[in-house]
Order: sequence, then structure tokens, then C-alpha cells
Amino acid sequence: MRLGTLLGRCLSLGLLVLGALAVLLPFLWMISLAFKPQDEIFSATVQLLPSRIEWANFVKALTETDVPRYLFNGAVVVLGILVFQILFAVPCAYALAQRRFKGRTVIFALTLAALLVPFHVTAIPIFLGFAQAGILNTYWALILPFVPTAFGIFLFRQFLAQVPSELFDAARVDGLSETEIVWRIAFPLALPAATAFAIFSITAHWNDLFWPLIATTDPNLATPPRGILYFRDEESGDDVGPLMAAAALITAPLVIAFLLAQRKFTQGLATGGLKG
Amino acid sequence: MTRFPRSVREGLTDAWLVGPATLALLTFIFLPVVIVAVLSFTDYQFGARSFGWIGLENYEKLFGSTLGRRALSNTLLYVAIVIPASVGLGLVVAAGLHRLADWAPALSNVLRAVYFLPVAATLVAMSVAWQMMLHPTLGVVNQTLVALGGQPQNWLSDRGIVLYTLAAIGIWQTVGYNMVLFLAGLAAIPADLYDAAEVDGAGGNWSRFWTVTWPMLGPTTLFVLVITATNAFRVFETVATLTKGGPAFASDTLVYALYREGFVYFKAGYASAITMVFFAVLLALTLIQFRIVERRVHYR
Repeated sequence: MRLGTLLGRCLSLGLLVLGALAVLLPFLWMISLAFKPQDEIFSATVQLLPSRIEWANFVKALTETDVPRYLFNGAVVVLGILVFQILFAVPCAYALAQRRFKGRTVIFALTLAALLVPFHVTAIPIFLGFAQAGILNTYWALILPFVPTAFGIFLFRQFLAQVPSELFDAARVDGLSETEIVWRIAFPLALPAATAFAIFSITAHWNDLFWPLIATTDPNLATPPRGILYFRDEESGDDVGPLMAAAALITAPLVIAFLLAQRKFTQGLATGGLKG
Repeated sequence: MTRFPRSVREGLTDAWLVGPATLALLTFIFLPVVIVAVLSFTDYQFGARSFGWIGLENYEKLFGSTLGRRALSNTLLYVAIVIPASVGLGLVVAAGLHRLADWAPALSNVLRAVYFLPVAATLVAMSVAWQMMLHPTLGVVNQTLVALGGQPQNWLSDRGIVLYTLAAIGIWQTVGYNMVLFLAGLAAIPADLYDAAEVDGAGGNWSRFWTVTWPMLGPTTLFVLVITATNAFRVFETVATLTKGGPAFASDTLVYALYREGFVYFKAGYASAITMVFFAVLLALTLIQFRIVERRVHYR
């Protein structure tokens, strides 16, 4: 029995490690190529470890290509989306959770209905509207469609509904306006929800390719996923090292953030999945 | 009401708090849904000055033409491969890590992070890395195959293989997500159920799994199945990065077809019909998902 347990444990551990290595392989291969000297990239034999660390690929990706530009665009778009999402969603969620007014149920029902609509469904009309307004190929085109977030409103509402209303009454007695209550009391209280939401939102929009592919044709506005496709399509085959370095640079921010805050990340992304 | 300044003030406050978000929802979600539904019955092209009503012609084209049918059947096949593999592997890995946590918690945590890594990583950048691994002559996959005495394959340009390659990448990307959901489900199973099962003679690993774990995971499994289906139906990034639907439309999928017809060929009407079909499928899946979430809450 004890031997059986030991064997069982060894077997399951072995399989789990093997599976983990398979999952890790694309990451390892990407990093390996990013650090390999050119002649080793094109060698016909399989070799994971480079014979020496070659930084030239990263230097080239960072100085001779537009990768820094893509990373900067990614940061602008992702933070722009997040700030506007929170500015719009938190007051609405607070009112839905803590205030009684006509149309409250209608607006909450509207939020739930909006949760059912995947972004892809709205792409054609939004593209048409933006073309009319002449704002395609701007940062606004990349940010605006994601400002209304039914998921954010829903998440913050659920969180704020659990806060005892006496807390907000007390703030009113102290003479705070409703807007002040939203930003000085409700928002700090909802910070755990905000963290989960921020992680979900940042990951989703840093990684998105669909909308940037549609809304922009200007390489100067390319977000990281769009940008790396420009890079790949332009390089003629001898820039594999820098291309892999670029892929690593684009993947790194989220992967590092995930490794530093695993629990929060897992939570945030798992919650985000509930939004169809 | 205007005679009561206080209630007017309150009303204005409500409008100030709720108005912007509501307006934004109406402008960017509800209005577009109506427009795309209307457009799907027209032959509108981006940039055209006018359009004609063509009834169900766009839908007939999608369901009747070889190309439309191929996008539909490719998507279904992709989903049919990814769901069982990704859910099954997610469950196996979660069960393994859950047991491992009993005697090697640190190792279990490290492995969990590794399995979850592809979920957080930028899929497009990772697809570029996959492309190098799958390169016909220089890629590690074929080099390993040849070294082992196998036949090298054109993973991304062979019509018979390409969809399976994309499905494999899809599975690679989603196993960790399902694993996390299953781990949460496993953690919620009360330990005394296992004790009770042991008293009743179900002490071995397999009988523990079949008598306690599996029945208790039922709602979680349903939920994971639907979420995996929802995500698999949206497959786009890998297609756009690696194959552009090719070769010869062998890896064309619904969302990629919607992108190509709408934004490469500018056929807004036809792309709207594709959108509506995609929407109908996802709507059905999401409604099922809501029902499951609701049921889970009731059972607790």
C-alpha cells in the first residue's frame, strides 16, 4: 500500500512535470531564439540552450525597430481604456447599488443585457460610425469602444451592494456630495473589485488584435500585437532573433506582472471569464 | 416635481451618476446591435452611397456557399476538438495538482503558475513563437520529428493538418484557465465527504474520484464546458496571425470570415449576417452559462 502510494505519487508528479514542460516549451523556445546568435538560429540540429548569450537581438529590436513605439501605444491604449471605464462604471454602479431612483431596474437590466453582447458583434457599426466621424486611425478609435463596460458596472454594483448603507448615510451627514462619496468612499471600498477588473481589462486589451486590426492602418498607432505582425511581415527571414526578442518584450509585462501577483491575476482573469 | 427643489436635485444627481454610463452603453452596444441586425438584410458596402434590401440573401450565401459552409464547419470542428481536450486536460491537471498540494504544496503552486502562463501571455506574440517552432525545416517540432525518425509535416500550410494545429495551440492556451476553475471546484468539496466515502468502502483513488469528486464537480464541469465553447467560437488571433484562413480556406473560421468579408473586402452586409449568426450561437451559450451560475447559487 505504501509502495503503491509512492509509485502513484511519482507517476502523477512525472506526468504533471512533463505536461508543464510542454506548456512551457513555446516560451523557452522564444527566449532561446531571442538570445541565440544568428548562425545558431538557422542550425539544423535541435539545441535549446544558445552557446553564448547574444544581446544583439534585443538591442536591435529596441533600437532599430518600432517595438518601443508599440509598447508605448499599448500602454496609452490600455491605461486610457481603464481610466475611462472606471470613470464611467463606478458612479453608475454606486447609484445602482445604493440609491433608489426611477429607472434603476431598467438600467440594471440594460447592463445585464449588454453583458450578452460580445465585442465582435458591434465592430461593423462602430467602424462605420468612426469612419463618419473621421476618428479612425487615432488613439480615440482604439479607446472609445471599450469605455462602456457592462461587466465593470456589474462587478462594482455587486461589490457595493454588500456595503452597509449606513456608511454612506454617515458620509452624507458629514456633508459630502454624492460625487465625493463615489470617489472618496465607494471607490476605495471597492478597490479589491477594481484590482480584479483592472487586471482583466489590461490583459484583454493589451492582448487584443481584432479591434486594432480594424480601427487602425497607421503603423505608428499599432498596439503590441498589431505591431509584431508589422515587424514579422516586413522582416525577410534573417531577423528571426530580433523578432523573437520583440515577441518576448511584448509578452514580458503581463507575464512578469502575473508571476509577481499570481493570486490576484488568476482571480481577475477567472472573474473576467464570467463575462461571455 | 419642479416645486420640490430637493427631489429635482436628487434626480439630477442620479442622472449625473448613471447617465454617462447608460448613454455609452446605448451608443456603443445597443445601437450597434440594432444596426448590424438591419445591415444583415442589405447589400451595403463600406463607402457606398446607397444600399438595397436583399432579404435573407446574405444568410443564404453563408449557409449555401462552399466558402460560408467551410467557415461554419471549420469553426464547429475546431470547437469540437478544443472543448473535450481542453476541459479533459484541465480536469486531469487540476486533480493532479490538488493531490500534489497535500504533500508538496510549493511544487504544486509552481506547476499551477506554469500551466496558467499561456492565459496571461499575449497570444499573438506567442503565435509568432509557435510559427517558428512549427517552421517546416528550421522548426524544433519537425527537427525533433526527423531526429526520432518521423516524417516532417507542413503544420501550417497542409490543408489536412492546419486546423488541428490551430486547435492544438487553442488547447495549449486554455488548459490553464480550465485548470484554475476546476481547482476552485475541487477546493469547495468538503473533506468529510471523502471520509464518508472511505467508510462506505470507496477508499481507492479511482473510486474516490467516481463516487465523490466527479459528482461534486458536475456544476463546475458544465460551467467550464460552456466557457470553453464560448471562447473557442471566438477563435481569431491564431488564425489571423498564422494562416489568414488559408491555405485555400482550410482554416477559415467564423470570426475570421467576419473580419475578412467586412474589413478586407468591405462587404458590410454579408459580414453583418456572419456577425448575427456568430451572435446567435454565443447568445445561446451565454444564456446556458447564466442558467448554470444561477443554479449553482440555488444549490448552495
